Amino acid sequence: MAKITLSKLRHSYMPNPSSDADYALKEIDLDWTDGGAYALLGPSGCGKSTLLNIISGLLVPSEGRILFDDKDVTDLPPDQRNIAQVFQFPVIYDTMTVRDNLAFPLRNRNVPEDKVAARVAEIAEMLEVTDMLDTRASHLSPDNKQKISMGRGLVRDDVNVVMFDEPLTVIDPHLKWKLRSKLKELHQRVKATMIYVTHDQTEALTFADQVVVMQEGEIVQIGTPVELFERPQHTFVGHFIGSPGMNILPAVEDGGRVLFEGSNVTLEGPTTGAGGKTEVGIRPEFVGISDTGIPARVTKVSDIGRHAVVETMVGDTAVKAVTDHASLTQGEEIHLSFRPDQTRLYRDGWIATEATT
Amino acid sequence: MKTENQRAWFFVLPVMLLVAFNALVPIMTVVNYSVQETFGNNVFFWQGLDWFEQILRSDRFHAALGRQFMFTFLILIIEVPLGIIIALSMPRKGFWVPVCLVTMALPMLIPWNVVGAMWNIFTLPDIGLLGYLMNHTLGIEYDMTQDPFAAWVTIITMDVWHWTSLVVLLSYAGLVSIPDAYYQAAKIDGATPWKVFRYIQLPKMKTVLTIAILLRFMDSFNIYTEPFVLTGGGPGNSTTLLSIDLVKIALGQFDLGPAAAMSLIYFAITLLVSWLFYTLMTKDDAK
Repeated sequence: MAKITLSKLRHSYMPNPSSDADYALKEIDLDWTDGGAYALLGPSGCGKSTLLNIISGLLVPSEGRILFDDKDVTDLPPDQRNIAQVFQFPVIYDTMTVRDNLAFPLRNRNVPEDKVAARVAEIAEMLEVTDMLDTRASHLSPDNKQKISMGRGLVRDDVNVVMFDEPLTVIDPHLKWKLRSKLKELHQRVKATMIYVTHDQTEALTFADQVVVMQEGEIVQIGTPVELFERPQHTFVGHFIGSPGMNILPAVEDGGRVLFEGSNVTLEGPTTGAGGKTEVGIRPEFVGISDTGIPARVTKVSDIGRHAVVETMVGDTAVKAVTDHASLTQGEEIHLSFRPDQTRLYRDGWIATEATT
Repeated sequence: MKTENQRAWFFVLPVMLLVAFNALVPIMTVVNYSVQETFGNNVFFWQGLDWFEQILRSDRFHAALGRQFMFTFLILIIEVPLGIIIALSMPRKGFWVPVCLVTMALPMLIPWNVVGAMWNIFTLPDIGLLGYLMNHTLGIEYDMTQDPFAAWVTIITMDVWHWTSLVVLLSYAGLVSIPDAYYQAAKIDGATPWKVFRYIQLPKMKTVLTIAILLRFMDSFNIYTEPFVLTGGGPGNSTTLLSIDLVKIALGQFDLGPAAAMSLIYFAITLLVSWLFYTLMTKDDAK
């Protein structure tokens, strides 16, 4: 268990990176406290796996240092970092039994056999695989195989951090949820720092206390699930998190006012900065349908159970709203109202309003 | 109501004809010869199982069979480990991959009789590159036309040169199919290179290795052209393998009956060993 510090980390897969675009990972400074549950969230190719491999030691960063508990581990190979990693596809040793699979990392480190047996039994019990200990690992189902891969990570009691690289990709949907809650439970029991890489917002938001959202090799926002949902620091986060994502609407600043398609929009608070490309961001959940306000035309209504997603057009811009009542019909002329305290201004993608609390 | 008809047989017919003409009919001809005696002119006399008994009791057959097993055993214990070692040391990506693969495949593209002729000339004591080098430069007496031991060393070396590539290519195919995550996990688990080989690479290569060994067994057990061209079975009978002996009996002595009986016994042995090996190797997977 350890605190993890990433200091001025940069990585490029090219031998001589010249411009910013050559870096798969742009400068990252980060502190992860001991025992936390973190998620790295971002679309494919955003650099999250690169970051993970740098932490595990499978990759040496071009620049910057990695510290575990203030000890520099940048140049240490993976087996000396005391980390554990669970991969996208379950990695198991086919010819061994489940028991031998779980014992493998311990035996490689010459742990005495009686201690090995005790640890394996404990982990097996935790993962609920005790009854399969003597079966050949190759005969297990994918979700059990993935459990064994996790088990191999957890079996060592000296691990600094356990990392999960999209571990639920090959798991059936109905088992995903089960395995996810198992993970959460494990985290509470073993209290190891855990980093979970995924492109699935549900997985990230349910697993982690803190979510790190990445885009194109850059960290866009670090925050709790609630913070990410309510106050995205960047339009990308607004888009990426939430279903449907945040409405990002082109807006014009006119003196002290902000106009969207000619209508005045009230923001949460005073704006910061000046110039740049300005956009108004509001989550569909906070777009109301009212008698007065911004005129819109309904283009589509999809009932998704408890709510209805109403797609409308305001001028040439599409605006989505989530409402309880789906009594609207396509083509109907309505008015939209934005909840002021949830309406934010973004300048060149980054948030440019201050919350008034 | 389900209507039944025999139409399906028509669809199977072409395959049955093909199999009949390329396997069943020739084998039945051999069976036919194996129980009869002929002096030519298409006149045959019933002989029962006499030829089989004669072959199975013959010292000449035992000796040839012994040499055959020895040959196959030796090339397998050299080619399989060597092939695996070469495959393991080949690059997995980059410019050198195609270079290595093509170089590896080259010996296999050379026709059998050419291989035999090449090695024959290569090893001739007075004019062959290797033969001259050994005898005249290094001063090691080496003449595979006179010395049985040298003859054996030469045919084994020739086969290793010709066919190790097959094991290499199949093992390599098995190796490159292992996802990177396995190596990364092993690294994190602190596995030594030997353990990586034992618990990751070898199990993943098992299927292709089974095929490689099976192919090498069958090919080497039935080998004819290369040793025939190289040593002609000599010196003496020292490299007369089963197939060479068979051809001597059938075409040299024109003893069609005993030759046919010997072919069937030969075939049965090949089949039996292949079946045993395959069953043993795949037994674990079914469990």
